Amino acid sequence: MTRDLTAHPNREAFPPRFPAHPVAGLAGTSFKPAHLQAILAGPRPRGFFEIHAENYMGAGGPPHRALETLRRDHAVSLHGVCLSIGAPQPLDKAHLARFRALVRRWEPALVSEHLAWSTHGTTYFNDLLPLPLTEATLAVVCDHIDEVQEAIGRRLLLENPSTYVLYRESTMSETDFLHTVTRRTGCGLLLDVNNVFVSATNHGFSPLAYLADVPLASVGEIHLAGHTQQSDDEGDPLLIDSHDRPVADAVWTLFESVIARAGPIPTLIEWDSEIPEWPRLEAEAAAAQAILDRAGAPAGRADAA
Amino acid sequence: MRPDPLPPTSGATYAADFSAALLDPGRETPPLVSGPASKAAAKRYAVYRNNVTVSLIDALAAVYPAVQRITGVEFFRAMARFHIRETPPASPLLIEYGRDFPAFIARYEYAEGMPWLADTARIERAWLDAYHAADATALAASDLASVPAERLGGLVLAPHPATRIVRSRFAAATIFAANRAAAPVGSIDAGEAEDALITRPELDVVVRRLAPGEAVFLSALCAGRPLGEAAGAALEAHPDFDIAAGLATLIESGACAPAKPGETP
Repeated sequence: MTRDLTAHPNREAFPPRFPAHPVAGLAGTSFKPAHLQAILAGPRPRGFFEIHAENYMGAGGPPHRALETLRRDHAVSLHGVCLSIGAPQPLDKAHLARFRALVRRWEPALVSEHLAWSTHGTTYFNDLLPLPLTEATLAVVCDHIDEVQEAIGRRLLLENPSTYVLYRESTMSETDFLHTVTRRTGCGLLLDVNNVFVSATNHGFSPLAYLADVPLASVGEIHLAGHTQQSDDEGDPLLIDSHDRPVADAVWTLFESVIARAGPIPTLIEWDSEIPEWPRLEAEAAAAQAILDRAGAPAGRADAA
Repeated sequence: MRPDPLPPTSGATYAADFSAALLDPGRETPPLVSGPASKAAAKRYAVYRNNVTVSLIDALAAVYPAVQRITGVEFFRAMARFHIRETPPASPLLIEYGRDFPAFIARYEYAEGMPWLADTARIERAWLDAYHAADATALAASDLASVPAERLGGLVLAPHPATRIVRSRFAAATIFAANRAAAPVGSIDAGEAEDALITRPELDVVVRRLAPGEAVFLSALCAGRPLGEAAGAALEAHPDFDIAAGLATLIESGACAPAKPGETP
């Protein structure tokens, strides 16, 4: 089985438009256009930036102009939010074509999507909705990932979700599901450590046990983000994956344990709501970078090259 | 590759069962989900309901900030919630969402007292379309200057991809501009009909009021009619149409692009 988390047999050879900035061993942040001037005014950040694919599916205008500027100096990670890979219905071919066009146009170092769904019939719900974990859904998800990887000619990183409910019909654990998906499709994983902590709290399992079971060798990127707390029907804590505040201490601790075991995997700070000034977000990325640097140089991993 | 994949829709009803109650507060929590150890899931499922509704209201608020400023936040969010339940997004591209919102506003009974609100919304929607439109070089004054005078009337132009025209029986362009600006909104005579031209020749979207006849003139040019015909149509509709001013608007606004090679006379 290949360990190169970016290569795919369908990868087409195009003359690159942008430099191939590295992501190996680096921390990055979500890219917010409002931060562009501050990013350009300061010392050039070492790390990479992640963009939500759907925000760049317009034909032109300021979003693409900003990205053109950013991409010259930085690696970009392309994070899809709406492919609805976890839906039972076929993928939206037009949307997949738009996703593929972005991969070509922006030459991202990393490409990812979610183990979730967001479209049923023709209705788009604008949320990452959960799916039952069964042999039947496993087969559909693998087919969809095959189709995406064929289309983009790249290896996809699949992100573990944060969930608030469980399906009564589920027959396997999320880590077993992800194991099998990576084995069958050759895709990699985007390990969202905050999502692990959120789901573990919401469903009463151990986040450390989850991290012990997840196939770390397949992880090509890590996400960290902040969450908020509500309460469930019984008054117990229910954590919400809100991306609107700093990363929680418990999540930093889990992140350190992952990096100590797996080495410095490219790591992204997500912040999508109540967005702070750039220096605050940059400081979160610097905190992640310090942990990655302590783990030393990437030990010959091809996944982030 | 797996040798024998299951058909993609085999026995999977979870998406239908899960999504049915997302936008319908009258429905029960779907019985197919629970908390751990069969804990109740009403508040848990409500997280998804809330995420869907609030994020879509926020999406409409981002497209229609002037409408929200006019109505106030509470009125706007109630109106948006009705619209979302009636017309949820039919595409994963949220930049396309809300195209039906102006028409919804026009027949929303609580907005009857603001008959100009729908056209204000149409200008806001056009603003976003212009923002995301393909980049293109607009017609320059030198492009016109290079055409011999006797050929000017036969000149055919192409529409610039960002260009939109919104014609209103109300002062929608003035209302739009006042409610997109930081300054307090003064008194506006909403009853005066206005034509708005929305363009983005470079990075910034510009909305301007058109003089009488200019909307007909520019619409005809964008539809590919020769310049002489377009001016004639504008004069027919508005005898006070000023051709020189219309040409100046054409150049200043960047509403059109040079015709593709081979199409110039």
